[in-house]
Amino acid sequence: MTGMTMVLADRVSKSFGANKVLRSISLSVDAGEVLCIVGPSGSGKSTFLRCINHLERVDAGRLSVEGQLVGYREKGGRLYELKPKEAAFQRREIGMVFQRFNLFPHLTAVENIIQAPMRVKRMSKAKATARAMELMERVGLGDKGDYYPAHLSGGQQQRVAIARALAMDPKLMLFDEPTSALDPELVGEVLDVMKGLAKSGMTMIVVTHEMGFAREVADSLVFMDGGVVVESGDPRQVLTAPQHGRTKAFLSKVL
Amino acid sequence: MLDPEEGEAIRAVPLRHPWRALIAVVLVLALAVFIVDAAQREDYGWAEVGKYIFDKRISQAALVTLQLTVYSMLIAITLGLLLAIMRLSPNPVVKSVAWLYLWIFRGTPVYVQLVFWGIVALIYPVLTLGVPFMTPWVTVPNDIFLNLFITAVIGLALNEAAYMSEIVRAGLLSVDEGQEEASKALAMSWGQTMRYIVVPQAMKIIIPPTGNEVISMLKTTSLVAAIPLSIDLYGVSRGISAVTFTPVPLLIVASIWYLLFTSVLMVGQHFIEKRFSRGTGRRKEDKPTAGGDPSAVVGSTAGDGPTTAALTNAPAGNDAGGKG
Ligand SMILES: Nc1ncnc2c1ncn2[C@@H]1O[C@H](COP(=O)(O)OP(=O)(O)O)[C@@H](O)[C@H]1O
Ligand SMILES: [Mg+2]
Repeated sequence: MTGMTMVLADRVSKSFGANKVLRSISLSVDAGEVLCIVGPSGSGKSTFLRCINHLERVDAGRLSVEGQLVGYREKGGRLYELKPKEAAFQRREIGMVFQRFNLFPHLTAVENIIQAPMRVKRMSKAKATARAMELMERVGLGDKGDYYPAHLSGGQQQRVAIARALAMDPKLMLFDEPTSALDPELVGEVLDVMKGLAKSGMTMIVVTHEMGFAREVADSLVFMDGGVVVESGDPRQVLTAPQHGRTKAFLSKVL
Repeated sequence: MLDPEEGEAIRAVPLRHPWRALIAVVLVLALAVFIVDAAQREDYGWAEVGKYIFDKRISQAALVTLQLTVYSMLIAITLGLLLAIMRLSPNPVVKSVAWLYLWIFRGTPVYVQLVFWGIVALIYPVLTLGVPFMTPWVTVPNDIFLNLFITAVIGLALNEAAYMSEIVRAGLLSVDEGQEEASKALAMSWGQTMRYIVVPQAMKIIIPPTGNEVISMLKTTSLVAAIPLSIDLYGVSRGISAVTFTPVPLLIVASIWYLLFTSVLMVGQHFIEKRFSRGTGRRKEDKPTAGGDPSAVVGSTAGDGPTTAALTNAPAGNDAGGKG
């Protein structure tokens, strides 16, 4: 929207031991843009998302969010690894939603949402709770605030997880296959919340197999395979007229 | 789902269990014979038992045993938590130190350890702080071990910490990795993640074996005779019997007190366990009124009873709640 770059990856690589999981990934996401990443299982999509908020460390290349290097500080031409505290500070601006929701099962929905604002931002409990109620309303669960995760359906749990991430007022939201663990009839309610979020101008990177969502909501689409970006561009174009054989083969399987 | 017409009810002759009945009868008879015999046997000295069971010296000693148990368990749990976290640390040195502690304190008998703590003040008469082979900065007499009660608490706690650390470690490892990851992604620090997210969930796993450890510790306190400390329940009852030459009645007295305490602890453990398995919610049964609600999404439009709907729906929405 403003044309400002939110995420910039410049030849990012990452290995686990001898397993090269990301090979020279380059892409950029502008503020307010929605990027969808698709690709077969094991192609490194989750690893790439986890690198963006420094849950994994990048081995080579440069990865920055809002112009700030992720996980490192550059000084006098040298890179210094950030302390855990500094890395945590960078994560405050980045929300993440997981395939398996990862709600805290010993806390109610509202308690899940208020943890980070209270502990990290030192917000008062009353204020955090009021904000949590607002967010629960926003994801369509206004009456479920005092439910424990185990008493909510998968779709409801994932919506609480989205509210929990939003409670930190992130500038960027990362979604790692947010609907893959859901029963088919529950996928729609989560996608609806995400569509609303996209409309409100949130910058989003979404790993998904929901091609309908990608076509409708994404501003751009990246197809990854074997740790490389095989093809990227306008989602309608990539989905209807893929240029590469691997993209074609993958799409013919999922569509 | 149910057929409109039910099939014919089954009316079969139930299977008989003649052996069960026979074994039960034999056991009950054997027990009755033992009790009747014991009641008449001179050596048990039931009159003496009655005389000493509420003796002031005995009840005081029982209090000491309770104190030994509580203090050493509190220290052991704290130290055990620290050791467990050390063992999960990425730092290999920290990890090895914790492992070494475990190896020594779990690998030697607690009786031997207590004897050692009893004489440690002789081996290390002064404690010093400073650079090795140079004049120490601070020198204090090592007189903490002159207090035998404190020595007993330290000896019992250091031994127990090794076992507690294994229990705590198992609890921490039982918490799904995704929990730590989600907490980290929310910018919470490692300490906050442990304190507010991981440890509370680990408690469900930690509490039942810890209850067993408390009960076990209550009985292990009788080994403080090795220090030698003799003001605990076992020590005092032995002291009395040494004078009166009636060892058996006083053993019975001590046993009755131990049984009383362990029984109370077992009841307490039952309630604590129940409390910690609530909240994380396996079932919806305890909240029947709210139980009907989730059906709005999971969808049970058929008008069968609200309880049935809640029970069948709960597991359906549970897939990520993680049956740990
Ligand atoms: N923590 C890890 N340690 C070792 N290997 C890993 C780890 N995480 C992911 N991998 C490996 O990295 C590859 C890419 O995984 P992932 O990023 O999860 O792919 P995707 O999300 O596209 O399915 C896989 O081969 C996987 O086995
Ligand atoms: Mg993945």
